[in-house]
Amino acid sequence: MQNTSINFKRQVTIKLADVKLQGALSRLQTRFVEGRAAVIGEINDLQETRTAAAAIRDRVLNDLEYWLLHFEQQAIARGAIVHWAETGADVNRIVAEIAARHGVRTAAKSKSMVSEECGLNDALELAGVEVMETDLGEYILQLAHEAPSHIVAPVVHKNMEEIADLFAEKHQLPRKTDIAELCREAREVLRPAFLNADMGISGGNFLLAETGSVLIVTNEGNGRLVTTLPRVHVAITGIEKVVPTLEDVTTLLRLLPRSATGQSITNYVSVLTGNKDSADHDGPEHFHIILLDNGRSSLLGSEMQEMLRCIRCGACMNHCPVYQNIGGHAYGWVYPGPMGSILTPLLGGLENAPDLPNASTLCGACAVVCPVKIPLPDLLRKLREKQMERGMKSRQETFMLKAWAWLALHPAIYAIATKIGVRLMRILGGKEKLLHHLPGARGWTDGRDFPAPAGMTFRELYKRGVHK
Amino acid sequence: MHVGLFVTCLVDTMRPRIGFATIKLLEAAGCEVIVPEQQTCCGQPGYNSGDRKSAEAMALKFLAEFEAFDYVVLPSGSCAGMIRVHYPDLFKDDPALLARITALGQRTYELTDFLVNIAKLKKVPGTFQGTLTYHDSCSGLRELDVYKQPRALLAKMPNVALHEMVESTTCCGFGGTFSVKYGELSTRMADNKCQHIAAAHAGAIVGGDLGCLLNIEGRLRRNGDHTTRVLHIAEVLSDSDLEAP
Repeated sequence: MQNTSINFKRQVTIKLADVKLQGALSRLQTRFVEGRAAVIGEINDLQETRTAAAAIRDRVLNDLEYWLLHFEQQAIARGAIVHWAETGADVNRIVAEIAARHGVRTAAKSKSMVSEECGLNDALELAGVEVMETDLGEYILQLAHEAPSHIVAPVVHKNMEEIADLFAEKHQLPRKTDIAELCREAREVLRPAFLNADMGISGGNFLLAETGSVLIVTNEGNGRLVTTLPRVHVAITGIEKVVPTLEDVTTLLRLLPRSATGQSITNYVSVLTGNKDSADHDGPEHFHIILLDNGRSSLLGSEMQEMLRCIRCGACMNHCPVYQNIGGHAYGWVYPGPMGSILTPLLGGLENAPDLPNASTLCGACAVVCPVKIPLPDLLRKLREKQMERGMKSRQETFMLKAWAWLALHPAIYAIATKIGVRLMRILGGKEKLLHHLPGARGWTDGRDFPAPAGMTFRELYKRGVHK
Repeated sequence: MHVGLFVTCLVDTMRPRIGFATIKLLEAAGCEVIVPEQQTCCGQPGYNSGDRKSAEAMALKFLAEFEAFDYVVLPSGSCAGMIRVHYPDLFKDDPALLARITALGQRTYELTDFLVNIAKLKKVPGTFQGTLTYHDSCSGLRELDVYKQPRALLAKMPNVALHEMVESTTCCGFGGTFSVKYGELSTRMADNKCQHIAAAHAGAIVGGDLGCLLNIEGRLRRNGDHTTRVLHIAEVLSDSDLEAP
């Protein structure tokens, strides 16, 4: 997927004015924030569980090569074929090759954010493979030619009316007016796609090193169908998703659905191990697992490694007051919200996403809910430090920061400067004691007044002993 | 006990009476308050903007000025969080300094946290009357666990009625330089907060961080609300003269 994060600021203006989007986003609070809150307390040792989950992820990341090779060995032993992809283009090439080898003309796909990184659908269409998204949200987006705006609820930016219009137009059927009817219609369109597909494509929530299995966590049942019905199954995921044992995964599974969708457990947890052998009644004849790096390995051993703990629950964006107000498209790539504001610059270049690390108040709501305790605000701040080190900050900002620091380190001059400053601002504030315009701070005064200072500093009043 | 007051640069320049209210409260709690006169800024603006070097220099200045006190108190959760939580990060590669800065951080408190948990203030001197709603500023809440403390103090005031707003713990959109760099976003977040304040039907919006309060006040006034009072918790608790500078 093309990275357009460079347009972030312009997109913010557009998204804030988008009435339909704002209506759709207002559902985040009830569906996800309150949804999580309602069930997270079921884990009576929540903080210990989060700590344990972080430790499981760290154990793998600290020795990723070992765990990946262990996974590969176990997967091969059970009949899967493992492919290593350095870039998204490599993934696309590998899938196209598998399709050609097996004479694949149609593919049914369940949700995979990693495939969005690669822009897989477009690449497969070019290779002559017809791809059908079967996750309801992704299917809607495929019809609408749009990108996902959330990693768990990809179509959260759309309301039911828009979807009803879209279905009526694309399916050429009478317009439906409630959600159940819309779902039934989608199901009827999708059912033949599952049955006819030559290839199923899925993501992978976890890779089990112990058994070489790919584990997927889903709700709609389409994941089961695309991974078992077609004769070829291709699972695509990131190299960081390895977990040592099934027991380790159970710890992560206590947290993932609760954090993501406010469910104690998802409708389906599928552990996909090996290809169909003579004793099995179903399953794919050929099981390919593609593991994508795409910059992830460059974070290993760096101060940003903690980002690789991420299990893609989306809780950080659900709870982020910035995401809640602009939605996911403004961020410009696959991953939005706090985790995306870190991953996008790390995987796609800081120079291509200069706003993302800065467009956060560092309020910390994300870090509190992160199931694997990623210190998201700290990582955002570290990216800001990198921007400073590399001279990527604007000259004006750098000057202001340095000037303020110099003043703060020279208290006598600070005293004079602040005395003058507060008097001037007090005068400008007038009778109302409000400044409607503030030179150099239009960002503030375009939408807010600036309350005028008292006109004297604490330090000078204290020196005069007014408090005695 | 000897308490060093770090008044914070925002209170120093914008609303000095919050500093004096803080002194009054600390004295009411039996503390001897000392105000180092060369104090300026804790370094948070630089730190959060990626200017680690400036933040380090300001942290060293703070250490020199405040290390001698039993406790350091600030009328701000975000500056107290900077010192307690983030100063140690600045000196993680210098064990000797790290030990000193961490020890000082452990003795550094946000005002309401200090009054409730350390000084154990019995009687709140303020005589404020009326309804108010409380905004929980992010750093105090999430870095220092300041949530119950201001409420416990307000509960000691017989004529104060706390009308809780929904999402009192959601960020108001201030975020330091964020409020200028991403003005539109910041304004929208402040606007959401103003709606929650209005729905709480309170005469005053009160909080523990002046930055957030200026942001909220700025949006309230721009929206034409000139009646809802915007007050720092120290002003309410200490009965400060709201006409004083």
